[in-house]
This record gives sequence, C-alpha cells and structure tokens, in this order.
Amino acid sequence: MKLTTFTKAIAGGVALSAMLTGAALADPAVIYDLGGKFDKSFNEAAYNGAEAWKAETGGNYLDLELQNDAQREQALRRFAGQGANPIVMAGFSWAAALDAVAPEFPDTNFVVIDTVVEQPNVQSIMFDEHTGSFLVGALAAMQSGSGKVGFIGGMDVPLIHRFYCGYAYGARAVNPEIGLTENYTGTTPAAWNDPVTAGELAKAQIDSGVDVIFAAAGGSGMGVLQAAKDAGKYSIGVDSNQNHLQPGSVLTSMLKRVDTAVHTAFLEAGDDATFKPGRIDLGLADGGVDYAVDDNNAALITDEMKAKVEELKAGVIAGTVEVHDYYTDNACPL
Amino acid sequence: MSASRPLPRWADIVLLPAINLFMAFLVSGLVVLMIGENPLEAITVIIYGAFGYGDGFGYTLYYATNFIFTGLAVAVAAHAGLFNIGGDGQAYVAGLGAIVVALALDQTHWLIAMPLAVLAAGAVGGFWAFVPGWLQAKRGSHVVITTIMFNFIAAALMVYMVNRVLKPATTMAPESETIDIGGRVPQLRQFFSFFGYSPVNLSIVIAVLALIGVYILVWHTKFGYAMRVLGKNPTASRYAGISNSRMIMITMTISGALAGMVAINEVMGVQNRLVLDYVAGAGFVGIAVALMGRNHPVGIALAALLFGALYQGGQELQFVIPAVTREMIVVIQALVILFTGAMEGLFRPALERSFMLFTPEQKAEAIAVSSAKTEG
Repeated sequence: MKLTTFTKAIAGGVALSAMLTGAALADPAVIYDLGGKFDKSFNEAAYNGAEAWKAETGGNYLDLELQNDAQREQALRRFAGQGANPIVMAGFSWAAALDAVAPEFPDTNFVVIDTVVEQPNVQSIMFDEHTGSFLVGALAAMQSGSGKVGFIGGMDVPLIHRFYCGYAYGARAVNPEIGLTENYTGTTPAAWNDPVTAGELAKAQIDSGVDVIFAAAGGSGMGVLQAAKDAGKYSIGVDSNQNHLQPGSVLTSMLKRVDTAVHTAFLEAGDDATFKPGRIDLGLADGGVDYAVDDNNAALITDEMKAKVEELKAGVIAGTVEVHDYYTDNACPL
Repeated sequence: MSASRPLPRWADIVLLPAINLFMAFLVSGLVVLMIGENPLEAITVIIYGAFGYGDGFGYTLYYATNFIFTGLAVAVAAHAGLFNIGGDGQAYVAGLGAIVVALALDQTHWLIAMPLAVLAAGAVGGFWAFVPGWLQAKRGSHVVITTIMFNFIAAALMVYMVNRVLKPATTMAPESETIDIGGRVPQLRQFFSFFGYSPVNLSIVIAVLALIGVYILVWHTKFGYAMRVLGKNPTASRYAGISNSRMIMITMTISGALAGMVAINEVMGVQNRLVLDYVAGAGFVGIAVALMGRNHPVGIALAALLFGALYQGGQELQFVIPAVTREMIVVIQALVILFTGAMEGLFRPALERSFMLFTPEQKAEAIAVSSAKTEG
C-alpha cells in the first residue's frame, strides 16, 4: 500500500516534470540549409520569418546552420529530443532525413519547405515558383524593347529550372516571338553566392541584346541587379522584395514568401489543434508567390502592363492559362 | 658546426604537434572569449561531443573515415613528390562507380555489392587522377593545376549526371534513386548499439585496411621504394633506371582510387543515394590531415581522428552554445590547420635550441655559438 502511494507519487512527479519540461522546451526550431542563415535569399527569408515571430510573440526559438548532409538526421533528432516543437526545415534536400526521423518522434510536428514528405506528423509546404515566375516573365516581355529577355539561375538544379520554365512561359504568353537566353552561375553550391560571375553573365546577355534579366540565383543575384543598373537595363529580383536594391532598374521581384511560411508554421504547427499535416501548395491565390509592386518600381509598371499581368494572374488562378510545371516531367517544352 | 640539430624523433612526431595543437586551441579560446563565451566550457563541449557518448563518437569516426581516405590519397602522391589537390573531385566522381554498382546489385547482398563497389569507385576515382598524372608525365602540365581544374570538371559532370541521368523523375531534390538494403554498407550500430544513430559504418574497416596497405606499399615494396626515390630526387630515380612517367601515372591512379573510397562511406554507408556535393570538402581536409600526419599512416589516422573530432565537436558546440555560429567553428578548424599545417615549423627552431641546451655534449657548443653571436 505504502509502496503504491510511493509509486504513484513518483509517477505523478515524473508526469509533472515531463509536462513542465515539455512546456518549457516546446520552443519552435528552424534548421537552415547548407547555404547558411544569411544568404540574402531563401534561408534568410526563413530567418526573417522566425525573427518576425519572435518580435510579435516575444517567444524564443532554436536555430541551426548545417555544415554537411550527414548532419541532417543528427540535427532533427537533437532538436526533437530536446522537445522543440514544431521543427521547421528550409530546403529541398530534407526529404530522406525527415522521412527517417519523423516516425521516431510522433508527438513532434515537422514542417518542411520545398519538398514533400508523407508522414502523419509532417506538413510539406510547396511554392508554385512556376506561376510566380510566369507573371514576372510576362512583365519582362512587356518591358523589353529589344524583344529579348534573359534568365540567370544559381546552381543548375531542378528547382531553378522550374523558375525558368515559368518565366519562359510568361514571356511567350505576351510575345510568342520573344528571344530567351538562359544561363546558370555554376554547378557547385558556391553558385548561390557568386555575384561576380552572375554579373559577368548578365553583361554578356546585355551585350547580346537582352534588356530584362530575371535573377533566380540567391546571393549571386546582386551581381545581376548591379550589372543591369550599370548598363541602364532592367532586372527582376527573387524570393524577397528586392525592388529597393536598385530603384528604377529592378522592374519587379518574384516573391516567394518563405518568411510568411515559417512565421505561420511557428504560430500554428506547434499545437496539434492548428497543425495541418500533409502537402500545402502556396500559389498566386493565397499570395505565396507574387510579383512585387512598391514605390521603387511603381513608375516602371504602367497601368497597361498591370492590367495585362492581372488578367494573366486571374487566368492562372482560374486555370484558363496553363503554366508548365518543370517538376511534372523534368522538361520545359516551349 | 651547425647551430641546430634535428629534434629527437619523439619530439618531432609527438611534442611539436602537441604544442601546435595547444597553441591552436589557445588562440581559438581567445576567439571564443571575444564573443563573450567561456572558452573552457567550449573545449569541454567539443571533447564531450566528439568522444563523450556513443552517438558523438560514432560521428567522429564517420568523419575520420573520410579523412583517412583523402589523407592517404594526398600522402601517397606526396611520397612521389606529387601534390594531389584533386582529392575532392576524385572522391566526387567515384560516387558514380559506387552508385552504379550499388543500384545494380541492391537486391543481392552487401558482401557482393561492397567489394565490387570498392573496385568501381576506386577505378573511377583512380581514372580521375590518372588523367592529370598522364598530363604531368607526358606533357609536363603541373599536377597541382590540373587536379584543381579537375575538381571543377568533376562538379560540372556530377551536376549533369545527377540532374539529368540519375535523378528519378518523381524526386525534386537533385539526388539519385535510393539504394535498397542489399546495396548498403552495414552500420556499426547494427552490431554495437553503443553507436546510437551515428552513421559510422563498415567503411571504417576499409579505411584501416587502407592505412595498413599504404604502409606496406610505401615502405615494404619495391614499388614504394621507387616512389620515394622519385619523390626525393627525380634525376636520381631516372638514373637508377626507374621510369618516372610510369611511376607518376601509377601513383596518381592509386592516390585517386584511395580518395574514391570516400564514395563507399558516403554513398553506400550514409546517404544511401548519390546527392550533390556529398564530399563536402573532405578532399581538402585530407591535405591538412596528410600534412599533420607527416604522410605516415599512423600520423594520418591520428590527424583524421582529430579533424573528425573537430567536425563533430563543432556541431555539438552549435547545439550547446548557440552563440557559437557555423562560421566560428570554421575559424577554430582553420586555426588548427594553420598551426599544425602552414605554421607547423613555428616552434621548431625554439624547440631545437632548447633541446640542444638540455643535451650535455651540445650545451657547451650552443653557449659558444650564442656568445660568438653576441660578441660578433
């Protein structure tokens, strides 16, 4: 009898302490991909989302930068073991690691951006990069006086081809005769942060007659924006609103709201009541991707251009305008 | 009469590296102090993270496995007077050999798949080093330049192969199909639960065999002797009837094949698929490992363990002390490379002098030299 009370007390104590530690440690966590936290692009957008959450709620969050692929599972187990909830991952390379770790921690909610993992406690957020790129492609074609538009990608990976394919479709939708030039900064991860090479590629494109260039190249895009500004041509930014970087030269930016996604995940995914597992596609309809108009480029986007692009946008949302998704067949049939 | 005398062997291979390592940690400690953290706590975390528990130790060994292969690759070439900077590229393309064999045989058994994959990865990695070797031997194109250029060719080739050939249409990430269980190298954790979830696998056995093999090859075979003669003096080796160009090509191929073993560890042991940039700079760390290990297998094993510990301990540090960023860890690793590699000789003159003072028969001579200096 005594023993039972004692065990009960212990059990109660354990349960209580588990609850306490659970409550104390249920901070959200974000893990950045190999590009690093401050890549001026994708990972930084995730960081900004986390910071926005922190400023809004006053809460604390955990974050980690990876150094190599082998650390993915290690980092996930570590954060999940510490009781972090939810755990948000940014990047398309997480699929295998998360697929292995998620079943080990059924009570932890995971959110992964840019890839799909089918587990009951994982939310996969995908952005329709192709439709966002479609709109900026249309704007590029309308702005171009030479009838040639360019694209400069970062590392030569499928995700960036998805951007290009949408862009090309958008340009062709406005002007079926438009000339398209496609270049990639490199084949190693250094390509995400090589503004010099990207700038030289932009100059080469400009020399060949291109007058609007879309830079989907992470930190390398800075070089493209600068080169276009120097030559008096136009550029298009990516991921976050980059219109302010070279006002008057940046025609628009293709917004990919990774920051909002992380922010929302931090707010909602920690609680099972609001957590929505499964695949979520963020597209034009919900503002997950869009083109940016602000004071810096209001003068560049004429009412006529705006009317046309809004018409296309409505068409894409309604399904009457078709944009090819590179992911469906790994090809871009133009 | 010489003012200095070579250090005793134990001081050269134990004391000097220890002093260098101590200095590296001292300066790293100052850096940690500068960002307002406790350096003693940081070092404790690094050591605990690398050796203190099964998972951590497993990760240390996993990193060390890679560094042993790339360190040996650099060392073998160095014995023949060749500086192979291309370990990264050789290890990278070797992944092609490993993945093709692993995917083809993943319905059989690892005892069949692994040896064949070792051969295939070695062949591809070896070929990637053979070409610069051939260019050096026949055309005089310096191997330092060509191997570095081959790293970039490797990166471009692999992006093409992974994105356009190996990637299944259904995956979005640039990676090959996943290898089924039969093509995977068994994890040590399957035999010892001590290692927790760490990715250390049977490739470490290949690494140990490679260490022994290189020792025998370099010091106990005719070929190894010829290699070392070439390294010490190409003119003498030519005079002795050794074909220098043949030696260069064979040595580079062996070097590349050793680097290629990284693919076994990474592709078949850890990732179970071919991903972009899986080498993650191990080829370059191999240079530091070989330099620190004095191109000797025992030294390389210890240096590889040290760098493995730094990688894993550094990761632990990020978890425990969030103020220490990824860049800080690179700084600490770089300081170790700087002190044990580039500035390896920093304390040698001082150490040599102090050793002379403590040797009776040299003491008088040393005093005579230093007084002659002050008088002169």
